[in-house]
Amino acid sequence: MQKEDLTDVLRKHPFVGDLEKQYLQLLVGCAKNVHFQEGEYLCHEGEAADSFFLIRTGRVAVEIHAGHKGKRRIQTVGPGEVLGWSWLISPYRWHFDGCAVAEVRALTLDGKCLRTKCDKDHDFGYEMLKRLSHVFQSRMEATRLQLLDVYGTR
Amino acid sequence: MNQTAVGEVEKLVDPMLPQLMSIRKTVWETDDTFTIQLEKADHYDAEFTFLPGQFNMLYVFGMGESALSISSDPLKPGTLAHTIHRVGTVTTALSQMKRGDVIGVRGPYGTNWPIEKANGLDVCIVAGGIGLAPLRPALYSLFRRRRDYGRILLLYGARSPLDLLYRVELEQWSKLYDVEVLVTVDRSDSTWKGYIGVVPSLFMYIKLDARATIAMVCGPEVMMQYTIAEILRRGIPPEQIYLSMERNMNCAVGFCGHCQYGPKFICKDGPVFGYPHISHLFEKKEI
Ligand SMILES: Cc1cc2nc3c(=O)[nH]c(=O)nc-3n(C[C@H](O)[C@H](O)[C@H](O)COP(=O)(O)OP(=O)(O)OC[C@H]3O[C@@H](n4cnc5c(N)ncnc54)[C@H](O)[C@@H]3O)c2cc1C
Repeated sequence: MQKEDLTDVLRKHPFVGDLEKQYLQLLVGCAKNVHFQEGEYLCHEGEAADSFFLIRTGRVAVEIHAGHKGKRRIQTVGPGEVLGWSWLISPYRWHFDGCAVAEVRALTLDGKCLRTKCDKDHDFGYEMLKRLSHVFQSRMEATRLQLLDVYGTR
Repeated sequence: MNQTAVGEVEKLVDPMLPQLMSIRKTVWETDDTFTIQLEKADHYDAEFTFLPGQFNMLYVFGMGESALSISSDPLKPGTLAHTIHRVGTVTTALSQMKRGDVIGVRGPYGTNWPIEKANGLDVCIVAGGIGLAPLRPALYSLFRRRRDYGRILLLYGARSPLDLLYRVELEQWSKLYDVEVLVTVDRSDSTWKGYIGVVPSLFMYIKLDARATIAMVCGPEVMMQYTIAEILRRGIPPEQIYLSMERNMNCAVGFCGHCQYGPKFICKDGPVFGYPHISHLFEKKEI
């Protein structure tokens, strides 16, 4: 896909859509369009987290291994959302498996490439961190609610 | 003393006096939740009428009484039903009843969902767990006059796929009545292909015309609290948000004060409230 097209796709994604033009250009340099069939894995626990995903369509299930209980799906990530932040946090390894439960179209961003750009341009780095913090916060809130097991008793 | 015309006798029936009804059918929806269909067991043969969102007090003789929302179609005569989560004495006793067993029923009581006010608007229904039960009569009412409403969205969350109520109907509703149904569960194994996460997270995947949308919400209070925050964030005006509060109660007619908080009683001022009337409740930790 052409660079111009990628800019358009990035502009449509809520995570980065409103970034200033020069920052979008930085992202374009690290971005690639990807496509996964239902049942394909986007990432595996323990593997190097050298990328992350901006989901455009479809749905990815976040799976964790719960010992003898087997694999558990604890969350889904859908259109407009972000999958993965381990690319930013040492030791840069995935903490879960990500399985496409409906055909997925996404943009993948090269984590190493982006880390280098964040280190070089701290304003850009800060902007990315702010956006990811927002994702952390809403995930934490959702996890808290899930932990409460609100439907267990009335 | 004024004489009472014969026809008026029924209107003067003591609101604390139950009518007798018998169990027609019990259907298990999940491991711990069932729907009972009731039919009249006494001479009182007037049709049982109610509005969506209203509840009855179901009395198991020798055990006690519980407030239970009506979960059937208000416009389908002879199908009165309740969907009940088995949690304690009365609900367990109800779960064990057989066809023909008789219980006492007082009601219907309480306020109803704003079906008329929803005319011409999009309707966003948000339910958590057993909270779908009091909303089902609202959905049936909307379906009857489907053309009078814009979009109908149903966002529904449960603990796991096995805890979802009305599974067959959920599929039918989206096909037959053009309802946008988004279902999420808290956890699941790999056989579930739907959403996983809490109900408020579903708002991420829908676009609302906020000013033209009315929201009706029922579920555990903590779920409603987060849902309302999300609904307000989307710009739906507070006066277009309605909730059903199902905190415990005793008499159902505003005598005993069991369900009172501030100036309001859930039994006689609710259970369906406009959000502005109870917003303060969501800021308090406990009453
Ligand atoms: C207006 C209204 C409508 C309701 N509609 C429904 C319905 O459609 N389906 C349904 O399953 N339930 C509904 N409920 C809740 C239902 O009334 C109670 O679950 C029931 O009374 C419990 O009776 P029990 O004797 O089985 O439990 P108990 O033996 O009295 O209690 C068992 C446990 O459940 C808890 N509990 C009891 N009632 C409530 C409650 N209201 N909220 C939170 N915890 C409670 C108790 O604190 C206790 O821990 C409604 C409540 C109200 C006020």
